[in-house]
Amino acid sequence: MSTRDRLCGVALVLVLGACTTTGAGSTANLRTGAQPAVVTPNLGIDAKPEQIAGWDISVGPDGAGLPSGRGTVAMGAAVYEQKCQACHGAKGAGQPNDRLVGGQGTLATGTPVRTIGSYWPYATTIFDYVRRAMPYVQPQSLSNDEVYAVAAYLLNLNGIIGEHDEMNAQTLPSVKMPNRDGFIVVYPRPR
Amino acid sequence: MDDTKRGFLKKTIGVLLGASGLLAGRAARADAAEPPDVPQWMKSPGAGFNEYGSPAKYESKVTRTFIRSQPGTTGSGAARTPLEALDGMLTPSGLHFERSHSGVPDIDPARHRVLIHGMVKRPLIFTVDALLRYPMVSRIHFIECAGNSQLMYQPNPPNLTAGQTHGLVSCSEWTGVPLRLLLEEAGVDRTAPWILAEGADAAAMSRSIPMAKAMDDAMLALYQNGERLRPENGYPLRLFLPGYEGNMNVKWLRRLKVVAAPIMTKDETSRYTDLQADGKALMFTYPMEVKSVITRPSHGMTLAGAGAYEISGIAWSGNGTIAKVEVTTDGGTTWVGAPLSAPVLPRAITRFRAPWRWDGRAAVLKSRATDDTGAVQPERAAFIARHGTNATFHFNGIQAWSVAANGEVKHVYA
Repeated sequence: MSTRDRLCGVALVLVLGACTTTGAGSTANLRTGAQPAVVTPNLGIDAKPEQIAGWDISVGPDGAGLPSGRGTVAMGAAVYEQKCQACHGAKGAGQPNDRLVGGQGTLATGTPVRTIGSYWPYATTIFDYVRRAMPYVQPQSLSNDEVYAVAAYLLNLNGIIGEHDEMNAQTLPSVKMPNRDGFIVVYPRPR
Repeated sequence: MDDTKRGFLKKTIGVLLGASGLLAGRAARADAAEPPDVPQWMKSPGAGFNEYGSPAKYESKVTRTFIRSQPGTTGSGAARTPLEALDGMLTPSGLHFERSHSGVPDIDPARHRVLIHGMVKRPLIFTVDALLRYPMVSRIHFIECAGNSQLMYQPNPPNLTAGQTHGLVSCSEWTGVPLRLLLEEAGVDRTAPWILAEGADAAAMSRSIPMAKAMDDAMLALYQNGERLRPENGYPLRLFLPGYEGNMNVKWLRRLKVVAAPIMTKDETSRYTDLQADGKALMFTYPMEVKSVITRPSHGMTLAGAGAYEISGIAWSGNGTIAKVEVTTDGGTTWVGAPLSAPVLPRAITRFRAPWRWDGRAAVLKSRATDDTGAVQPERAAFIARHGTNATFHFNGIQAWSVAANGEVKHVYA
C-alpha cells in the first residue's frame, strides 16, 4: 500500500468515525479544510544528501549537527574584536546591542539581565545562532573554527569554561550552562 | 493671511478632524460641499483606472506605527498595526504588523525551495510552483507577536495609542497548503514529536514546532487576503500555525527538519520565554491567550461632548473562539455584555460594539474577553501579581482608557 493510499484510508476512517459518533463529520472536515479523499500531485523532488548537507545548519542541544572544527578562547577574542565588538561592546558588555556577558543572579530581581551566562540554557545554541545569523551584516560568513572560537570566548567571559578550554563538537554540548534548570516547559498544557 | 497659509490651516484642521471621527459632527468648514452647493468633484470627470489601488490620499496618516529597529539596523524590530484607525475584523495587508529579525529578504519565487528532511522516509524539495498545485485551504486567523502589549509590564502607563501598545496583532484570510499533506508525501515518522522550521532571511530565523500542531491545522500560507503574501509577511510562503505566537509562524520558510527533540534555538530559549518573578522562565508558551482592547474611543482621541457613542474594539484567543466580551465605563464596578459582530471565528479577531451614552463626566473604559475554553482576560494587576513584570511576552491583561470631562481619552492603569 502506498503512502498516498494509506493517507486516503486514514482520512476516510476518520470521517466515518466522526459521522457515527457525532454526526458532524463534515463539520470536522470543514474545520481542518481537509476533504475526505485528498488527491495531491506528488511534486516533491528527492533531496540528495549533499543538498541537505548544504542547508542543514541546525544544532541540537545534544550536539547533533555540530560540524568538525575547533576554537579556543584566545582565537575567539581575536574574532570577537574584529567581527562582534562594534555591536556588542568590549568583552560582551553590550551596547549598542545585546549584552552577552554577566547578569548571573539577577533573574529574580526587578532588573533582570538576560545574557548567555545568566539565561541561555544550552551552549549549543551559541553555535547554532552565531553560525546562522551573525555577524548581523554578514551572516553565515564565519568559518566553523571561528564560530567555535567565539563560543569559547563568550563562555569564558561568562566564567563557564576555563581560558585554555577548547570548544569542538564533543566539548560544546557537554558544557553545563548556569541557567540550564531555570526553565519550566509549558507545552502541551495551556499557560 | 495669504492663501498658502490659509490652505495649510484648512489642511491641518482637516487632519485633526479626520484623526478622530469622534470629534466630528457639527464643525462646518467654510468651503464645505454642503447643499445647496454642488460639490466641485461632480463638475468634471474623476480620475482614470489604475493597476493597483491605494488608500485615499486623505487617509495618508493611517500607517504602521511605532516602528522600532535594533540600534544600527533598519530591519530588526517591529512595526505595528494602527488598530485605532481601523474597524471590522480584517487587517489590510499593507498595515499588517511586521516583526523581522534581519530585514525583509528579496526572494525570487522561481529560485526559492522548501526542503523537508530529517525523520522522513523520503527527503523532498518543493518549488513554489509545485506548492501552488496542491490542494489548499482558506482560513481567517489572527497572528499576534508574543511581545505584543509588552509595554504593559512597565510600572507606569506608556501613554500610547491602541496600535502603539497592542498593534502587534493583525487578522487576515490566509490560503495555503495543509502542512500535513507534504509531511505525508515525505513519509514522515509519525512518532517524531518535533519539526525544526527555518526561514530564508538573513537571520535564518528558526523555531521548533510540535508535530501535533503540524499535523493538525498548520499550513504553508501562500496567499494573504486573496493576493500572494506581502514580502514583509513571508513571500513567497510562510508557515502558519493558527493561534500560536507570531514568531513560530516562520516567514520565508525554506526548511522543515523532522526531529526527535526541540533544537533549542535562540528564539525559543533566550527569547520568547517568559521570565517569571521567581527567576524561572516559562518555555514553549505557544497559544496566545484570550485578550481584547477597545480601539474607539482610545488614547489620543477627544470626545466632542456628552452624548451617544459606540464603544468598538477587538477580541481574540489563540486557544479558541471568543465567547463573550464585556465592557465597563465606570472602571469595573459594572460590566455589560458587548454584542459580537459576525462572523465570530476560532483564532480570529472578533469585533465587539457596545452603545454608550456619555454623561460628560470622567469615566474609565475597559473590555474583558472570555473564550470558549472558559478562559477570562485578567485585570492587569492580577496578571502582574501572577507573572511579575519581567516576562516581556504573552501579556494579556485588561487595557483601561480614561475619559476626562473635557473629552480627552488617555491610557491609565485602573
